[in-house]
Amino acid sequence: MSAPGQGSGEVFHRGIAAPLPLPNIDTDTIIPSREIRRVSKEGLGEALFAGWRYRSAQTREPATDFVLNLPGYRSATILLGGDNFGCGSSREHAVWALKDFGFKVIAAPSFGGIFFNNCALNGILAIELEADSIERLADWTGLSPVDNQLEIDLQAQFIGWRGTERIPFAIEPARRSLLLEGLDGIAATLRRQAKIDAFEEADRQRRPWVYRCDSQTPSS
Amino acid sequence: MAATLFDKLWRLHEVADFDGKEKLVHIDRVFLHERTGSIALRGLEQAGRAPRSPERAFCSMDHIVDTRPGRSDETLVPHGREFIEATRQSARSAGITLFDVNDPRQGIVHVVAAELGIVLPGMSVVCPDSHTCTLGALGALAWGIGSTEAEHALATNTLRVRRPRSMRVLFRGEPAAAVTAKDMILHLIARFGSRAGRGHAVEFAGPAIDALTMDQRFTICNMAVEMGAFTGLIAPDERTIAYVAGRQYAPAGELAEMALAHWRQLHGDEGAAFDRQLTVDSEEIAPMVTWGVNPEQAVAIDGEVPAPESFRDSQRSRAARDALAYMGLAAGEAMRSIRVDAAFIGSCTNNRLDDLRAAARHLRGKTVAPWVRALCVPGSTAIKRAAEAEGLDEIFREAGFEWREAGCSLCFHAGGESFGGQRVISSTNRNFRGRQGPGARTHLGSPLTVAASACRGYLSAAAPVQ
Repeated sequence: MSAPGQGSGEVFHRGIAAPLPLPNIDTDTIIPSREIRRVSKEGLGEALFAGWRYRSAQTREPATDFVLNLPGYRSATILLGGDNFGCGSSREHAVWALKDFGFKVIAAPSFGGIFFNNCALNGILAIELEADSIERLADWTGLSPVDNQLEIDLQAQFIGWRGTERIPFAIEPARRSLLLEGLDGIAATLRRQAKIDAFEEADRQRRPWVYRCDSQTPSS
Repeated sequence: MAATLFDKLWRLHEVADFDGKEKLVHIDRVFLHERTGSIALRGLEQAGRAPRSPERAFCSMDHIVDTRPGRSDETLVPHGREFIEATRQSARSAGITLFDVNDPRQGIVHVVAAELGIVLPGMSVVCPDSHTCTLGALGALAWGIGSTEAEHALATNTLRVRRPRSMRVLFRGEPAAAVTAKDMILHLIARFGSRAGRGHAVEFAGPAIDALTMDQRFTICNMAVEMGAFTGLIAPDERTIAYVAGRQYAPAGELAEMALAHWRQLHGDEGAAFDRQLTVDSEEIAPMVTWGVNPEQAVAIDGEVPAPESFRDSQRSRAARDALAYMGLAAGEAMRSIRVDAAFIGSCTNNRLDDLRAAARHLRGKTVAPWVRALCVPGSTAIKRAAEAEGLDEIFREAGFEWREAGCSLCFHAGGESFGGQRVISSTNRNFRGRQGPGARTHLGSPLTVAASACRGYLSAAAPVQ
């Protein structure tokens, strides 16, 4: 073990970072409704950013100016986004599409709340970072995307860049252990089964109508 | 210590503590639909798990289902039938009540959850759909989640939640007669931005909120998520209680009396402190319409398209430039000079009976402009029937509107239809790029604004109804 603040020596992720510096990139933009075609979490990477990535809805011909189609960024695994990234629809397909494309880390000044939770539950690290830090990272990686990769240390909570420089970030302990240990959330909660039972027993006395959910009148 | 409505709701549902910030919260009701619900139920099945209390989970078909008259399981959504059949099968084997395609109780989840009395004041309810916050208008703690969290809620009757901060939005004074609930919420988001409510449970209050009907209150809370809020809330009052009483799943007899006493306690204490407060002078609100690709990009209909340089923040001014390019608009254009190709009244935001009545009042004896395709999609089969009983369907049809079956429909090309490439005035909640179809240019407004714009063929506010 290394000393605190020195880094754990184990890098959570190292990869190419692609910039998408627009605020309010919504989950409809991350994956349009029309691209959700199966009752499945798999194979959605092709549909990622479909409206921006392809020349039209009818083709898979790449739009040459979109960042993920530019030579240096095609195998990007880190996304540098704008304010309120992932706002809008709760569709977890947005996270499944990012994951299937290969993204491991998304850094943005702020995130849509539901999207933020969905990320951790699917092993994607969402980092809240000041807008100017993101800008600095994007400027540096933009000089040579494949060479200037970012290094994310989740134990010591920093992003390594430009040799030995570091930008620290905060993350809730629960979220961090979810990412590091990949806990089964349901199994973890079911370990508190007794507490849930006790709550429901007391609550049933307090609010009995909540536990009666049969139809009181015949349906018209 | 004086508690807010949110404090009380939170306390009612707290099961266990994790690290002080995260709590295990009891979930009283889970709602599902055939797009994200199907996958949650399947995920649960594949993990060999079952819902802990299936009698408290409900599912409705709204996101994939066709809304054209004479519908069946067929839809224009690629493989749409697969979603519908998978949902039906999973709901059946899990023992969850399903409001199926042509069930008289079918409709948009957030609409039927209230209308059937399944969600009641003080309850906690989640649904893998971001507009679940709509139900906060009942004084319920209601929020949107992803499919994985829906699995968790179904399997454990709980969720791990980081406690949101509290915010009050105070609508002071009285808005002008022409102003609707939709204009109030668009005004708020345009003024404070689409992140203003981030991480907060937002309680809407003040005389202008008290004066709203329940249908209008649903519109306000529906769009809380468009300001980034965890949820929206309105304290239950006698109007709420009158709305809830006698609904199909609402308690009857002794239980009803017990519930009533509980509901009357569901309001903030005098002097309770909020983490943040925003104030709006209702007199300043005018009928609103969006010009960009996010609900915060909105102005008064009598206004004009803003110049991107007018935004101080560089990201926002770049976003405005991008939005204007997508929307095919130039700074300085009068909003009222923008010609529309289509008009849509529908969605969980604005397709309840009050909305349809308001639009119909304007449409009576008028017709939509010859170049406009207009549609009206009621929020539930029950609303559709109630509207038909009042003859509203005739008014819509005679004006040139299509009259549809209930569902989410063209809010996001649910049912597989699209406004691709067209300019649409829409009573929905999101003007995101491509949401209503590839290249579709969406302008959000109230149902009244949609009706007025459809008739004139250009963005327009309706004259106030006296």
